[in-house]
Amino acid sequence: MARWKPDLKEGAVTPESIHLRRREFLRLGAAGALGAALAGLPDAALAGGDDPSGEALPVSRRVEMAGGEKPTPWKSVTTYNNFYEFGTDKADPAQRVGTFRSRPWSLAIEGEVKRPQLLALEDLIKLAPLEERIYRHRCVEAWSMVVPWLGFPLAELVKRVEPTSRARFLVFQTLLDPAQMPGQKNRVIEWPYTEGLRMDEAMNPLTMLVVGLYGRVLPGQNGAPIRVVIPWKYGFKGPKSIVRIRFVEEQPRTSWALLAPTEYGFYGNVNPSLDHPRWSQAKERRIGEFLRRDTLPFNGYAAQVAGLYAGLDPRKLY
Amino acid sequence: MKDGGKRWLVPAAVAVLLVPLAKIAWDGARDGLGANPIEAVQNRLGFWAITLLALSLVPTPAAELLRVRWPQRLRRVLGVTAFAYALLHFGFYVGVDKFFDWPTISQDLTKRPFLMVGFAALLCLTSLAVTSTDGWVRRLGYPRWKRLHRLAYLAAALAVVHFAWRVKADLRRPLLFAAAFALLLAARVPGWLRRGAGRVGSR
Repeated sequence: MARWKPDLKEGAVTPESIHLRRREFLRLGAAGALGAALAGLPDAALAGGDDPSGEALPVSRRVEMAGGEKPTPWKSVTTYNNFYEFGTDKADPAQRVGTFRSRPWSLAIEGEVKRPQLLALEDLIKLAPLEERIYRHRCVEAWSMVVPWLGFPLAELVKRVEPTSRARFLVFQTLLDPAQMPGQKNRVIEWPYTEGLRMDEAMNPLTMLVVGLYGRVLPGQNGAPIRVVIPWKYGFKGPKSIVRIRFVEEQPRTSWALLAPTEYGFYGNVNPSLDHPRWSQAKERRIGEFLRRDTLPFNGYAAQVAGLYAGLDPRKLY
Repeated sequence: MKDGGKRWLVPAAVAVLLVPLAKIAWDGARDGLGANPIEAVQNRLGFWAITLLALSLVPTPAAELLRVRWPQRLRRVLGVTAFAYALLHFGFYVGVDKFFDWPTISQDLTKRPFLMVGFAALLCLTSLAVTSTDGWVRRLGYPRWKRLHRLAYLAAALAVVHFAWRVKADLRRPLLFAAAFALLLAARVPGWLRRGAGRVGSR
């Protein structure tokens, strides 16, 4: 297997990060979290603050794709998370992410590709200009947010690794390390968390490889350092803290579909007319709002993605 | 039951049992319920309803097995407060979570087993709360009243199923309640056997 790990251009990166760290250091010192700053814990130190924090990333352009709606506040986005690797309560990830290290990190690309490789995070981030995209985010539990993600189309990565003609699906795997991810000590779901996409779904320009949030490095509780966001699908379809992408011929078996096949399928497309067996999907509560609002087909992205499913029975696309 | 000192027991219990409600109000007032406060309140009310229901089943076996009798004076207040929290839980679902969206609510209560069992548990608790007065004990006669109040165990079973269907994958807490209720029910068996044997003998 051809593996490469291009050299770190430390000279270009360090001064800015040190500069930013120093600012955080001063801010945190004032807040009494000196220890965390000294230890340099990017994943835990700033959880739960009111304002965006963490290392700033360069933003090449901003695209608004949530109908002009205001993003959900940073505090809500970083303290209300479904990330069972850290526990099953929404507050667990922000509180228990202290044991997690998102650097150093590398992503293994395997399977039906001409260029399998182990890609260091520093190089992955430089594959394409980072753009901010404001997307709607709809959870299968009928709550939603508006989130300014930072990253680039997953297609940029896929093209670079040159899938073979046999590659029809992508399988994503989250880090498996109970020492860092305490929720994995309980087998509430099959670890490591496994998700998948059809090749054309992965290549759709909306599908995004995300490394940041609100212009900052992605916090641990939001899936640092690399996650995939598919805005027309329920949140569980978006894998977090990804260590491996495998290109395969057969439709993969995914974690939630394995746990409860009648409730969570392979597709997970947002569909207001197809209820979860236990609750309605017709409406959703936008975090921060009182009244529930109508859920939109494909989460409002039907124009861009409905064509992917032409000819398929929409009742099977859960 | 009303004599013998410790007159403060029931009023003190009422005060203590209102603490979770006060805590919800306090957290709500100072923005301490997290990003989804409606869900947080809903979950907490449900948690206290099922917890107090479990506690209300403790006094009888405690008296039968351990000969500790004072908790029996708390049985009624525990049961009625469990009902109160369940009613608030349901009222919050109707009036806040769904905000009187009657078409959705009626669909939930007729089509979704998860909500149907929760509602059935509430109906059980309602019949128990209504008949919890001394007047109703007299009107029904003690044996019939006692049989009716075994519905508490049915309510418990329904509440556990409701809780289990609420969660997506992590069944640990619902199972903990299931185990607690099973234990409380098992603790009644020696008493039933003893009285059952006695009854046969006296016939």
